[in-house]
Amino acid sequence: MSAAGTPTATLALGSLRVSFERGGASVEAVREVSLAIRAGEVLGVVGESGAGKTQAFMATMGLLPPNARASGSVRFEGEEILGSAPRSLNRVRGSKLTMVFQDPLTSLTPHLKIGVQLAEVLVHHRGSTWASAERAALSALERVRVPQAQRRLEQYPHELSGGMRQRVMIGMSLLCEPSLLIADEPTSALDVTVQAQIIDLLRSLRLDSGLSIALVSHDLGVVAGLADRVAVMYAGRIVESAGTAQLLRGPRHPYTALLLQCVPNLRAPRRARMPSLPGSASSAAPLGPGCAFAPRCPRASDRCRAERPELRAIEHAAELACHHPI
Amino acid sequence: MSSAPWREAARALFANPGALVALIVLALLIAAALFGPALNPNDLETLDWRHVAANPGLAHAHWFGTDRLGRDLFVRTLAGARVSMAVGLVAGAVSLGLGLAFGAVAGYVGGRTDDLMMRFIEIMSGLPLIFFVIFMTVIFGRNQLALFLVIGAVGWLTTARIVRGQTLSIRRQEFIEAAVASGAGTPRIILRHVVPNVIGPVIVYATLTVPQIILFESFLSFLGLGVQEPSASLGTLIAEGAGEMEAAPWMLLAPGLFLVALLVALNVFGDGLRDALDSRERR
Repeated sequence: MSAAGTPTATLALGSLRVSFERGGASVEAVREVSLAIRAGEVLGVVGESGAGKTQAFMATMGLLPPNARASGSVRFEGEEILGSAPRSLNRVRGSKLTMVFQDPLTSLTPHLKIGVQLAEVLVHHRGSTWASAERAALSALERVRVPQAQRRLEQYPHELSGGMRQRVMIGMSLLCEPSLLIADEPTSALDVTVQAQIIDLLRSLRLDSGLSIALVSHDLGVVAGLADRVAVMYAGRIVESAGTAQLLRGPRHPYTALLLQCVPNLRAPRRARMPSLPGSASSAAPLGPGCAFAPRCPRASDRCRAERPELRAIEHAAELACHHPI
Repeated sequence: MSSAPWREAARALFANPGALVALIVLALLIAAALFGPALNPNDLETLDWRHVAANPGLAHAHWFGTDRLGRDLFVRTLAGARVSMAVGLVAGAVSLGLGLAFGAVAGYVGGRTDDLMMRFIEIMSGLPLIFFVIFMTVIFGRNQLALFLVIGAVGWLTTARIVRGQTLSIRRQEFIEAAVASGAGTPRIILRHVVPNVIGPVIVYATLTVPQIILFESFLSFLGLGVQEPSASLGTLIAEGAGEMEAAPWMLLAPGLFLVALLVALNVFGDGLRDALDSRERR
């Protein structure tokens, strides 16, 4: 599907590029990413560390550090928001377009009570009165299933566990009924059991409210449990995207296939070594003319090293960038 | 029940015997400066010709003795302490306010703004302090409030540097990023998320600057640049007393001991406050 053109998309990234200036040299984090998230859809974005998945969404939120340059387009509900002034961005950030970060332990301001932090979002964006904002904060905590919500409103962030704080962050991000929630590794800092609870929570919220979610993760298991569609990123580009079931059952890109092999399998023979990908990925390293994955790819040919495969539409509304698909 | 970080810091402070004693001494000294002069029939400027340079004692109404003009030292010491404390308070508040605002903006906004603001600080701290104060007293005349403000305006440079350093260390933390992502503008982030989180170490620094400021005012008054007759500060009293040290040591001892007690109490209290706030950070 041609991502940027879809008029109904909640979020459409078109040829997004992000680079960082470092000591005169330019380092490319996102080389070219086009994707679209439709209303009510959950898109999983997976890739190794450094694949550029976080930076693509930081650019979307206008959260890039000062030494970063972004080009291309970011259309949110049909409106171009890339490079727009903070003042106009602040009208959508935090209300229609929200983000939950990786580390819930440091995402809440330490010196404000939970209730105040939640209520402030509504007072700020909606101009609600404090009294009504506090009632809304209470129901937001109940919605994300925080036990003893009334008591939590009076507590400070350090009095809550990590999982509880992530629930609070999610509750905060939902206060203004956003159309898109960007969840950047929302469970990576949490225990496995708490991870499952958070994923459950996101799934039920999405069913209740028709919210779109961009779920960024390096964990295919997390993505598989929630996403309708998955985009796999490597070295700043999307190399394959497809419906979740289709991608997990029949990956076409060798990188996707190798990633799937690395998911631990309880039924594997006990003494077998954990499979792992040889080499390391760094999107920052300068690339040759060919496919970025070619040096680590078991199927690579001379053509792969000479000519970069373009991302093209294949059957079942999937996309693939590979000369020798599986 | 929930417990505020501030309340916990207060509990840690009261659990520290040194800080508690310092706090009590401080309270006594402040009470003495505020209410002490009313206990004595004498006033600040009346000359008692029958008791010139009198010894301290309870035989006459001059409990701390008199100076060489026959003015009561009990009243003058406590009234002088009042002026010194006011200098510490006003100048401390000025330096805290200016430093907090300047440092937080420079540290959070960063880039060229930060460069310009910090160069300004460096130029200011390159100016000789005494020259600056003399210059200002010439412009503003011998106005006590102006003197307070001038001392504060000199003291804020270090506060601004400390605030900027603290701000830099938190500005890339996720809660700041989360605040930006939730649509808060720059002024709001500085006031609501930066300043409250750097204020702990800065308040501690401020309690340690207050004694410095009091000392600096004493020094200026000693040079004749500070508080003018007939009013007094601890500095002017010590200067006068130092001249009569051999003949009438009480003229030096009364204001000198008061100043020492005040400075020690403030420093110990500041230390205790730092420990109390630090233990909160460690947990």
